[in-house]
Amino acid sequence: MIDSVEKLYKQIDELKNTPKTASTILVSLGTCGIAAGGNPVYEALKSAIADNKLEHVFNLVPTGCMGMCHSEPTIEVVHHATGERVFYGNVTPENASAVVNAGQGVAVGIPLLERSWYCPEDEEKVSDEQVQARIVLRNCGRINPEVIDEYLVNGGYTALAKVLTGMSPDEVVQKVLDSGLRGRGGGGFPTGKKWEFAAKQKEKTKYLICNADEGDPGAFMDRAVLEGDPHAVLEAMAIGGYAIGAEHGYIYIRAEYPLAIQRLQIAIKQAEAKGLLGKNIMGTGVNFTIELKYGAGAFVCGEETALIHSIEGKRGEPTFKPPFPAVSGLWGKPTIVNNVETYASIPAIFRMGIESFRKIGTEKSPGTKVFALAGKIDRMGLVEVPIGTPIRDIIFKLGKGCKYGKKFKAVQTGGPSGGCITTDNLDTPIDYDTLIALGSMMGSGGMIVMDEDDCMVNIAKFFLEFTLDESCGKCTPCRIGNRRLFDMLEMICDGKGTEDMIERLRTLANIIKDTSLCGLGQTSPNPVLSTMNNFMDEYLAHIKEHRCPAGVCTKLITYNINDNCVGCTLCARNCPVACISGEKKTKHVIDQDKCIKCGVCFNTCKFHAIDRV
Amino acid sequence: MVKLSVNNMAVEVEDGATILDAATKVGIKIPTLCHMHLDSFNVEHRCASCRICVVEVEGRRNLAPSCSTPVSEGMKVKTNSIRAINARRTILDLILSNHPKDCLTCEKNGCCELQELAGEMGLHQILYKGEMSHTTKDLSSKSIVRDPAKCIMCRRCETACNVMQTVGILSGVGRGFEVTVGTAGARPLVDTECTFCGQCVAACPVGALTEMSYVYNVWTALNDPSKTVIVQTAPAVRVAIGEEFGMEPGTISTGQLVHGLRLLGFNKVFDTNFAADLTIMEETHELVERITKNENLPILTSCCPGWVKFLEHQFPELTYMPSSAKSPQQMFGAIAKSYYAEKIGKKPEDIVVVSVMPCLAKKYEASRPEFSHDGVADVDIVISTRELAGMFKEAGVHIDKLDSQDYDNPLGESTGAAMIFGASGGVLEAALRTAADWVSGKDLESVDFKAVRGLEGVKEATVNVAGIDLKVAVCSGLGNTRKVLEKIKRGEASYHAIEIMACPGGCLNGGGQPYIHGDTSILERRKEAIYKIDKDLPKRKSHQNPDIIKLYDEYLGKPGSHKAHKLLHTEYVKREHF
Repeated sequence: MIDSVEKLYKQIDELKNTPKTASTILVSLGTCGIAAGGNPVYEALKSAIADNKLEHVFNLVPTGCMGMCHSEPTIEVVHHATGERVFYGNVTPENASAVVNAGQGVAVGIPLLERSWYCPEDEEKVSDEQVQARIVLRNCGRINPEVIDEYLVNGGYTALAKVLTGMSPDEVVQKVLDSGLRGRGGGGFPTGKKWEFAAKQKEKTKYLICNADEGDPGAFMDRAVLEGDPHAVLEAMAIGGYAIGAEHGYIYIRAEYPLAIQRLQIAIKQAEAKGLLGKNIMGTGVNFTIELKYGAGAFVCGEETALIHSIEGKRGEPTFKPPFPAVSGLWGKPTIVNNVETYASIPAIFRMGIESFRKIGTEKSPGTKVFALAGKIDRMGLVEVPIGTPIRDIIFKLGKGCKYGKKFKAVQTGGPSGGCITTDNLDTPIDYDTLIALGSMMGSGGMIVMDEDDCMVNIAKFFLEFTLDESCGKCTPCRIGNRRLFDMLEMICDGKGTEDMIERLRTLANIIKDTSLCGLGQTSPNPVLSTMNNFMDEYLAHIKEHRCPAGVCTKLITYNINDNCVGCTLCARNCPVACISGEKKTKHVIDQDKCIKCGVCFNTCKFHAIDRV
Repeated sequence: MVKLSVNNMAVEVEDGATILDAATKVGIKIPTLCHMHLDSFNVEHRCASCRICVVEVEGRRNLAPSCSTPVSEGMKVKTNSIRAINARRTILDLILSNHPKDCLTCEKNGCCELQELAGEMGLHQILYKGEMSHTTKDLSSKSIVRDPAKCIMCRRCETACNVMQTVGILSGVGRGFEVTVGTAGARPLVDTECTFCGQCVAACPVGALTEMSYVYNVWTALNDPSKTVIVQTAPAVRVAIGEEFGMEPGTISTGQLVHGLRLLGFNKVFDTNFAADLTIMEETHELVERITKNENLPILTSCCPGWVKFLEHQFPELTYMPSSAKSPQQMFGAIAKSYYAEKIGKKPEDIVVVSVMPCLAKKYEASRPEFSHDGVADVDIVISTRELAGMFKEAGVHIDKLDSQDYDNPLGESTGAAMIFGASGGVLEAALRTAADWVSGKDLESVDFKAVRGLEGVKEATVNVAGIDLKVAVCSGLGNTRKVLEKIKRGEASYHAIEIMACPGGCLNGGGQPYIHGDTSILERRKEAIYKIDKDLPKRKSHQNPDIIKLYDEYLGKPGSHKAHKLLHTEYVKREHF
């Protein structure tokens, strides 16, 4: 039980002085790592260590996500004597033992990965390759999230200790204001301002909520943080509670994140057992408890008023603001809702100090932002970069461009509420305001990369279908307006579009933005507007020429077999609807009536004998 | 006070006022659909969901919903900027694009707020056509029809059901385009805790919630020569039906109503007020008995079937509290098919009792199994005030043009005490009038108990009845009722008697009355009319109704007699609550 701040520092010192093994092997075991086969790798390493009786040399640690989805399962070996760190990717249960056998050397036969980041809190940037600066993800992939001591040894809960013993609530709010931290959930609202509103309220009961209802397609940073470093969020919430005068917090987390839930439950239990959460934290007399609430899978519950209603057991739908939650939120009490990543930045701010924090990022948006690279990108994964990093660096330096050497077409930021950014704007430094100026938004940080094979009309339709499905249906423009946009896009993709639809799409999209009740509706037409602004030629090709330039819209394409066909029968054998016929060694034919335009023949043919027109 | 300008007109409004309030003050009616303000009941629905009321505010990024946006000092509002007009037209276009445009055959034809708005806004074509949402009509109950295809998601019914009545059976369900208002687990209405009070129907601006119509059943009965078709009219009908014929709210049209019913072909035109006097005889007998013995107090009134069903679901442990007296409608039916049937020498099955009620729950009440004997219901068909107005119109009977006629006898004679059943507080006042005479053994002159009158949701008073101080309460609206019953359960309040009506303000605001479209001043005028009729009647105490006296002499014996119990009293059941 840590019943004083001194005891915390003492315990951290003790932990630091505990003798270490020569090396630590960290295995990436977030949901993604586990799905990619991380557990068998972990077991293989465990056996290899045990079989060779090397427990005194290797400390094997299961960790959260290391961010390198493209090469999972990944492991990191840290040799403490030299400080050398080796990253291995695509590790298999078969080749894992090589790591153990290599001792203090580097194992051969396993792909090595470069470390593209540095942690500003612990080290200086040494090379230009370190495009990433990890503040939020500092502990992810570095500690065992289920062992609180591993969080403590890296300075865990010292920010809370500092706040509770040396600062008044007003000073804490001022610090967050001065840090310039902006909400990482998408809106970019200054976090300190939110806290200030709530702190000013005279009500006795207040609440603090962590929004962990991550729902953007292709965004998974909140999950990674909760799975990899749950205590960072708990510590930050306790700081926030002290600052605004709340004694109870909720983490609203989607039920589809079972591992994050499990790790949070463990973390809360451990923190309470140590006296770092709950009643009389570290003997300071400050109370703060945290409860988990599960979301049932509604995207709109990421909107703060909808989220609050969902916690109250009501239908998860937004209500008109004012009143703002900071004035009247959960159960009618002043409430602060911040996103996971926002919270995860806060302990670091207090540990590093504002000056160091503000050195990262831009003047208006200090700090870092985590992006989830997905879509047609070569190196899928999580990256954390200083705000202001050029988009090009993220996609080409970190993501290594498009898969299979395809041509980059656009990147969708801000999820379904964002817009696409084309080659022309790749040098834009990424920031809340620059993205809005490009007709997109930061959103929660999903980046979905599109290549030459993507039809932008179809992409707009895809994102719109998502918001259409996830709309709460409360207000008319979002409920019916988006459906009508979708109806028109569907007609265009089917080759039934008319030229006047261009104007109608644009008018309706702007009215939906102008009149919708919440952020979901107000941003839902962004993908339509942004693709129309950047790829009007594709819209016109669909409408005027009944042609899909990328060859995606199935009603507008046909597959034909040309004279290159040698009759190898490969296409016929792979066709899922058996619509290709022909004798061996003679030219084959596609039955157009039966063809479902799936493109399997096109992709399997080795003789360029299939034309897509 | 806050100063702002609306369309360049300076205006000053109170703090917390909305743009809509400010615009109204300068004389501009911004169109609204989802907004509903029931002033007299302090119920405001500010959902801000339809977005038809959006206006432009200088310096604001988006258009503002005027119904919910609070004014601020120096605000510059433009209600008719081209941006606002285009947006409003598009919103209306979108609503209509997903609305069945079968206005000519819709129940709400002529009184639909969406129809009126489309007319006012002059939308001449629908630009954004496309897929329509998929819904199923709920015809399960005897009282209310839900047609979600017509629902525009204004959610006014939800506020009526969940906030005002605290019954809580309606909620937004589904996602995105397919969202509609529905019940939990998509249960048919008949399998829910719905009280059939009909306040959702009164709140619905379109045809998504309407009454189950029995007009055709009435026409069929009237045209069946083998049947004697008699009609009873509830007290609140005569002060409201005139509104359907362009008469001023609060016009008393009793005689014209009777005349009109005769023109429709009813064999006898009787009055529920007669049965209301009978109810007072039985209920007051029970009241005096329970107070004298000081047991099972408070006694709760039992005239309102919506309230009774609410009690059975929400407070099953309190089902011993209400008076066992049947409602006037059911007493009328029971007497019509026994006493009256014998008098005219007809079999009960050859008499058709039609009720005209301000209420939709009465349709359900008449169908309760305990009110039928050997397959013959005491009350055969129940129609609402609105349905009767529809029948009059269909038959070309314009009651505003008719002269007055009197009710038939013997079931048409009534007193002022019965008349005030139509307003909240009336049943209790009527009972007190009789109780005071009975306890004192005198014919007391003062008959007015004004403390229990008015549209307030909860009225409490200590009234002196022949030297005894009685603590009484009057609740109207089920949300108000819940508050009082919970206080009683917690032991924080105790009363001798409580009158409860499901609809706020009582039957004059019943779910079957002409639509008020949020204008509660209409209710005030109906109320005034009710008390005027009472005041002007020569007899104002139920026990002085000569035909009631005769009924007891000839048939029932005394109030509370065995026969009276058999015919005029009932029991309550404990129902499911989830």
